[in-house]
This record gives sequence, C-alpha cells and structure tokens, in this order.
Amino acid sequence: MSVESEVSLDGTKLTIAVKGRFDFGSHQAFRDSYERFYKVPDIYVVDLKEATYLDSSALGMLLLLRDHAGSDDADVRVINSSSDVRKILAISNFDKLFDIS
Amino acid sequence: MSLLTVLIAEDSAADLLLLSTIVRRQGHRVLTATNGQQALEVFTRERPQLVLMDALMPVMDGFEAARQIKQLAGETLVPIIFLTSLSGSQALARCLDAGGDDFLAKPYNPIILAAKINAMDRLRRLQATVLQQRDQIARHHEYLLHEQRVAKAVFDKVAHSGCLNAARNIRYLQSPYALFNGDLLLAAYTPSGDMHVLLGDFTGHGLPAAVGAMPLAEVFYGMTAKGYGLAQTLREMNAKLKRILPVDMFCCATLLCLSAQRRVVEVWNGGMPDGYVHEVATGRRTPLVSRHLPLGVLAPEVFDDCTQVWPMALGDRVFLLSDGVIDTADANEQLFGVERLLQVFAANREPERLFEDIEQALAGFRGEVRDDVSLVEISLLPEQALHASAIQYTDSGQSCPLDWSVSFEFRAETLKRYNPLPYLLQLLLEIHGLRGQSGALYSVMAELYSNALEHGVLGLDSRLKRDVQGFADYYRQRNERLALLSNGYIRVHIDVLPTGAGGCLSLRIEDSGAGFDVETVLARPLDIDRLSGRGLNLVRQLSSHVRWSDGGRSVCVEFCWEALA
Repeated sequence: MSVESEVSLDGTKLTIAVKGRFDFGSHQAFRDSYERFYKVPDIYVVDLKEATYLDSSALGMLLLLRDHAGSDDADVRVINSSSDVRKILAISNFDKLFDIS
Repeated sequence: MSLLTVLIAEDSAADLLLLSTIVRRQGHRVLTATNGQQALEVFTRERPQLVLMDALMPVMDGFEAARQIKQLAGETLVPIIFLTSLSGSQALARCLDAGGDDFLAKPYNPIILAAKINAMDRLRRLQATVLQQRDQIARHHEYLLHEQRVAKAVFDKVAHSGCLNAARNIRYLQSPYALFNGDLLLAAYTPSGDMHVLLGDFTGHGLPAAVGAMPLAEVFYGMTAKGYGLAQTLREMNAKLKRILPVDMFCCATLLCLSAQRRVVEVWNGGMPDGYVHEVATGRRTPLVSRHLPLGVLAPEVFDDCTQVWPMALGDRVFLLSDGVIDTADANEQLFGVERLLQVFAANREPERLFEDIEQALAGFRGEVRDDVSLVEISLLPEQALHASAIQYTDSGQSCPLDWSVSFEFRAETLKRYNPLPYLLQLLLEIHGLRGQSGALYSVMAELYSNALEHGVLGLDSRLKRDVQGFADYYRQRNERLALLSNGYIRVHIDVLPTGAGGCLSLRIEDSGAGFDVETVLARPLDIDRLSGRGLNLVRQLSSHVRWSDGGRSVCVEFCWEALA
C-alpha cells in the first residue's frame, strides 16, 4: 500500500495515486496526501490505476476528501478505476457524488 | 546490569569457593548448595534468579535438580548454567534435556562467566516482560469482551423489541456479535400489520460500527409502530445519522415494507448488495438493486427517499444479504461471489429449502460461516390477525375525550409531501376504547386514504396493476402525477360521540377526484380486488357500516366500542 500525491505546475490540480490495497491501513497516508498542502487546489483527482482493492473504509476516506474539498462544491474525480473497483463504487452509488471514470 | 541472587550448586568445596568469589565480586548475592537435594531446598526457600549447577553431585545429581527447579519456576525463566568438565556431546545433550540453558566449562574464566550471567539476565528480563505484556493483553481482552457483552445486552433490548424472532415468516442467519461488525437486522409490524425489515451495514468494525446502530434502531421501531411509511422513516434515519456520524462513517441499508394484505413489497436499497424477490411459481428472481447512496451521506435537502414496489404472490420470498455473503473467501482467497449465489437459486427445486441451500453452500465453500455474514429470508404468508400496536401507554384513561369532531382538508402541496396518517392515528388513539382496534383502524384509514389519493385525486386506474409490468407502470405514474399535482384535496372528517356504554367514531374521507362506480367495483371477485387494489373487501371486513356517497367520492366508516372493563 502506498499513497503519493502531486500538485500540477499551475497549482490548480492535486492528484492522489493510491497503490495496492485501499483500505483502513491507508487512512493516515491518504489524509496526509491532501492535508499537507498549504494551497487549496480547484480539482482533486484520485488515481486508482494501481489500486487492487477497495473496501468501505476507503469509501469513507473518499467522503472525507470530498468534505475537505468543499463538500457539495467539491470537484473530486476518481480515475482509472478497474471494473471490480467500479462495481463497488456503483453499489454505493458514489457516482452521484464523484466524477468516476 | 541488574544485581541478581545466584544459587551455586557444587559438591567440590574448592570450586564452590572459587565460583562464589567470582560471582560475589561481580556484585551479585550468592547462595550455595553442595548437592541437588540441597539446591532444591534453597531454591524453594529463596527463589534465586539464576542457578549455576554442577552436573555430577551426590544425593541428587544436577540433572534431576535442574528438572525440578524448572518445574517449580513455572512460566518464570530461571536460567540454569551447567558447570561441567564433561565434554562429550551426549553428556551436554543430557544437560539440555534436563532444562539447562547454557554450559560453563572448567577451568572457570571470570570474564566468560560474567558474559554468560549478563546474557542470561537479559533473556530472563525479556521473558518477564513478555509474560507481563501477555497478561496485560489478556486482561484487556477480557475487559473488552465484557464491555461487548454488556453493550450487546443493552442493544438487544432495543434491537429485538421488534418481531425478528417471533414472526414465523422470517428466517435469518447472523452471528450473535455481527453488531460489532456493523451488521444490523431489524423487523417490526406497522399498525396495519405490514412488516418493515431493515438490513444495515455500518462502515468499519468494532464499537464505532455498533454505536450508530442504537439511534437507527430507535427511529426504525418508533416510526414503524406509529404508522410512518418507508419514505418518512428513511428521511429521519438519514438525517439522524448525517447529524451524529463522522463524515467517513455511513450505513448501507435495505429497508422494505412487506404487505400481506396488498401482496406487495416496497423496497429502498442504498449501498447494499442486490437482494432478490424470488417468485416461487415461476422461479423468477427480481434483483433489488441499490439505487441510492448509503444512509448518513447526503444532507436532508438532497436525500432521495424514492422506493420501488414489486408484486408478490403467497409463498414468494424476499432475500436480503450483506456483503459478507458475497465476499466470503475460501482457502485460496477465491470469493463466493454473486454468480455462485445465483447458481444456488437456480439449482433449488424446493423453495422451502432455499435458505438452507444458501447456508450450506456458504459453509461448504469456506468450511465455516464468517461472522460478518447476514442473510435474511422473508416469506409472504397468508395474513395473520392484526398485531397489537407496540406502543405502550402511560396515561390512566380518566381524561379520555369522548365528544368531539374535527375536519381536515389536505390540499395539493400537502398531499405531495406529507402523510397525515400517523398524526391522525395518534389523535384517535387518545380514545382508550379505540386502542384495542388500532390495527384495524389504521388499516382502514390507510386503504381509504390511498384510494382517495391514488384513484381519486391522481385519477390512477387500479386495473393497471394486473401484471408485473402494469404494476411498475402504476407506481411510476403515481410518482409522476404526484410530482406534478397542482390542485385537488382530500378531506377527513372525524366525529366521536359517546354512546350508552362506550362510544362511536365515524370517519368520512372525501376526495376531489372523479368518483367511481361503487356497485361494479364491489361486485368484483376477492382476488381481483386484492391484486388490483382498492382493498375494499379489507375495509368491509375490518369496520362496520361502510357507505359510499357522492358517486364514490365520499366514503364513511364507523368504529364502535363498549365500555372498558
């Protein structure tokens, strides 16, 4: 499990890449990945390309990020989700809160 | 380095003196013995922390003494270093077998002896720490289990105040401590005898997952007993969880209302795996798909309480399950999965055994059932006598109102978003004489109110509900027309009069619709009435003097009661 984050050159986009299992074990790392930036970006991107697994506490972490990013005004995008991950997001209807691709 | 009490057992007086001097010079306290028997006695009396033991001694040799000392020491590590001039492997192996931890060969070297004593002391202290921590963990664990037992006992009082165990049409599989995995299963009757069932799954494990269950259960039982429908109950649950839970906690849930009278099931699924309506006659399964975000995520203003309604026949079953069922993994980390579940459904020939089939398939797949597996089967059985309301009254009855009337007019904007039935029922149950018939009263009010709304104000044709497709159309149209409603009304007139021994309630409901041909509808066979919905036979069974007037736009029923004993 690892979480890496990177801000775009113009500072408007923060990309968080989760690798391996996205579960309670990545809780602190995931929070740090966006809380440590001083400047608030406009867009948050969660890249799940190398995430192998996602559980309900991961869904909770996505909600925390959304809350941090401004709740209903937040622009949080979840990208590169595998079909399994997409299924989990679909059951919870998280596509109503996040832009999932 | 700590200073130890060291027992030296050695039959040669010269060696004993030499060793005692070396050890004492290193700062330790020394006890001595000249044979195994004596060593045992000194050990029992003084409990030294380390033993230097000669192998060959009179009376009792070092091997036997070492064995007995190790036994006396129990879990505490008392290192024994054998003093020996023996050098053959076999002799050294005997020392180890007897429980020796190390050897010291003659001639004795003070530096090597000091090193060995230090090494053994570190080992001894490590062992002591491990034991202490083990005991601490065991105490914490015991404490945690005790807390869970108490929490569960309190919770059971709340959670099982419903009909989960009493209802003969519910079967379920749930570990007793599923609560601490966040799983929650609740069931209760509405005043009209419908059954509400909730299967929920909180995020996370342990106490945090269990904490949210309590308020959820309170809302579920309170609102179900008062006659609130799914939509209002869901709204209240969602708003409450949203308010009290941290942002990253929520509750996936399926809430359903099974009506044996109307032969339908109404379902809301937010975040749970597909449940199923299993039609016994055709073997067909309708998946109950999650269409909503879990409870506790959305703000009340944007929460979606939209439900779906499916027809059911006698003997049909609804299955709900938690993700523990689908995620049950076998020894090779293969998941049980939806496919296998559907295969069990497909292979089943006896609907009575379907529940066991699933249970066995799960157990067979993994070897045992996980403790976060929740599975519930609810069958539609012929309706039973109405269940007494679960509400407990605390007033004496002295102040019961017996001579009054009241009229309401609910207009379009209200009809769209408000269900007045729970409020009206509360009002009527101020009358003690009516409490014994609260179930019948609520059923009749509910039927007449929904007739007035759906067939009267909204102008829906009950004949639509002849088949499954029509059924879906009916409820789709109902929602569409209600959303667009701009005029129309339902009036409710309540008139309560005292009679000689008791009293009489007359309840009149009028609507702004086009009315209907009362004669024709009443002449329909019972089954058609039941399926396609005015439930008029039910109304006639449960109340006295049912009369329609104004071309079907107005209906009046009476409920009378005798004086209470």
